[in-house]
Amino acid sequence: MTLGAHVVVRRGPLTVDVALDVADGEVLAVLGPNGAGKSTLLRVLAGLLPPDGGRVTVDGQPWDDVAARVRLPAHRRPLGMVFQDHLLFPHLSVLDNVAFGPRTRGASKAAARGAAAAWLERVGLADLGARRPGQLSGGQAQRAALARALVGDPALLLLDEPLSALDARTRLAVRAELRRHLAEFGGSTVLVTHDPVDATALADRVLVVEDGTVVQAGTPADVARHPRTDYVARLVGLSLLPGTGEGLAVRLAGGGVVAVAEPVAGPVLVAIRPESVALYPSRPGGSPRNAWPATLAGATPHGSTVRCELDGEVPLLADVTATAFAELGLAPGSLVWAVVKANEVTVYAR
Amino acid sequence: MRRERTPAPLLVPAALAVAFLVLPLAGLLVRTPWSQLGTLLTAPGVGQALRLSVVSATLATLVSVVLGVPLAWVLARSRARGRAVLRALVTVPLVLPPVVGGVALFLVLGRQGILGSWLAETTGITIPFTTAAVVIAETFVAMPFLVISVEGALRGADARFEDAAATLGADRWTTFRRVTLPLVAPGVAAGAVLCWARALGEFGATITFAGNFPGTTQTMPLAVYLALQRDPQAAIVLSLVLLVVSVATLLLLRDRWLGRGAAA
Repeated sequence: MTLGAHVVVRRGPLTVDVALDVADGEVLAVLGPNGAGKSTLLRVLAGLLPPDGGRVTVDGQPWDDVAARVRLPAHRRPLGMVFQDHLLFPHLSVLDNVAFGPRTRGASKAAARGAAAAWLERVGLADLGARRPGQLSGGQAQRAALARALVGDPALLLLDEPLSALDARTRLAVRAELRRHLAEFGGSTVLVTHDPVDATALADRVLVVEDGTVVQAGTPADVARHPRTDYVARLVGLSLLPGTGEGLAVRLAGGGVVAVAEPVAGPVLVAIRPESVALYPSRPGGSPRNAWPATLAGATPHGSTVRCELDGEVPLLADVTATAFAELGLAPGSLVWAVVKANEVTVYAR
Repeated sequence: MRRERTPAPLLVPAALAVAFLVLPLAGLLVRTPWSQLGTLLTAPGVGQALRLSVVSATLATLVSVVLGVPLAWVLARSRARGRAVLRALVTVPLVLPPVVGGVALFLVLGRQGILGSWLAETTGITIPFTTAAVVIAETFVAMPFLVISVEGALRGADARFEDAAATLGADRWTTFRRVTLPLVAPGVAAGAVLCWARALGEFGATITFAGNFPGTTQTMPLAVYLALQRDPQAAIVLSLVLLVVSVATLLLLRDRWLGRGAAA
């Protein structure tokens, strides 16, 4: 009783070819940069876009099967979808927006409104049913859109960047609520996002999609700890360096050598957290095993620290305190020494 | 902030254009025999022509809405081939001299016409020179205004609302009725008002296809034209009535629909 899909869609130069399975009650996040084909994938699952190949099965029912010429139109699929900017119908009250689905699926007006009112209560909008969508705040609109998607008890819930239209403060509160509603939802959920925090907070599993294909799959913690591509590493704020393991050292593809704590062999990825990198104006004494000369390529304030982008044999991100940044007298183009302890370096097979 | 002065080479022609457009209307007001207004307006025939004009223009607008809104949807939403050709065909009446439209209608629906002869033989109904002919002539020239207006509104409306409706179980017809149509309602209303105003002023196609019979086909514009030759005073008063209706239409468009559309 799950969603099983293998979707092939061609959109101009991009070919999306993604396979995914989501169990009942499970939340899968599809994480990827803009233009990776995430939304296209979601539109195929919703039935809004016909796939060029593959099949989509929900609870054993084929929704799409290109080879067998099966295609269930969008309006006959028992699903709920939350769109990026909510798309609440502006000409209907909030209550009638939520009652829209039950009405079109055959409920009487009274029954549809009753179900809608119950859901508005659940998402904390019981008092706002008479309002127009334009009179809601971003967070309220998001909750109304969620109620509208869930009111029919769908088999599949699709969320397209559900939090991206919200400001940072609202986002935090709405994310927590969304997490609670997703935990209560019995069907399969597919969440599309480009925010790793949303994926980590909301999903049981993450599928990273780049250029239409899956580049990494796993639990959010696993993906965050062991990124496989630069995109994911950048998202979770790690420096990712591909290389070859040679015992207690890794020879990088770019030419540098990184000392590690445990012996490794073969093709590996080296991940280094920016906060474990220390910067010095000259080569530090005590001969640390990992000390590399580098050029400061850029610096951006990042909370109370400054995130420095370093160019060199070992390209790194480094977080230093604002005070340290000032004391080092750093400016773009400055030469520095970057130092990392061997036991702060994460290594895993490529 | 100080605005730049409008350059004279632009200002002078612009002022002339305003004068050119406004002076004839001012002349109409100046020459109106205000003291005899009451008697002239209540003269036999005036009320009749006005009533006929309003009724036929309203019927033509209703027909245009019923047929034109679906046509606008097809032009804006369907992916059928030949849409560009279809749009061009549909908008021909916008630029066609109305007299030509009247002649064309006559050739098709007249007693000897392609459809008209068949209609006369099978049902005994003849269309030309009846009030129905007035409505048909007005619909012919006025419907494109509605179609263009509604098509524009449909193109401007966010089609993703229709996607949202589909994910909520609405088929395309339900989506059209419950989502698309309410979203473009201001555009439909603006198109209907434009269409009505155009139908009310229709002259050429009407006189060609429907003739000029008081009580059945003599609308206000025809009455104005005839009166000008017999009784210029009456023509001025009838023209004044049409001017008032036109200005009222414009105000309705501005305040109710165009203003709201511009603000949204």
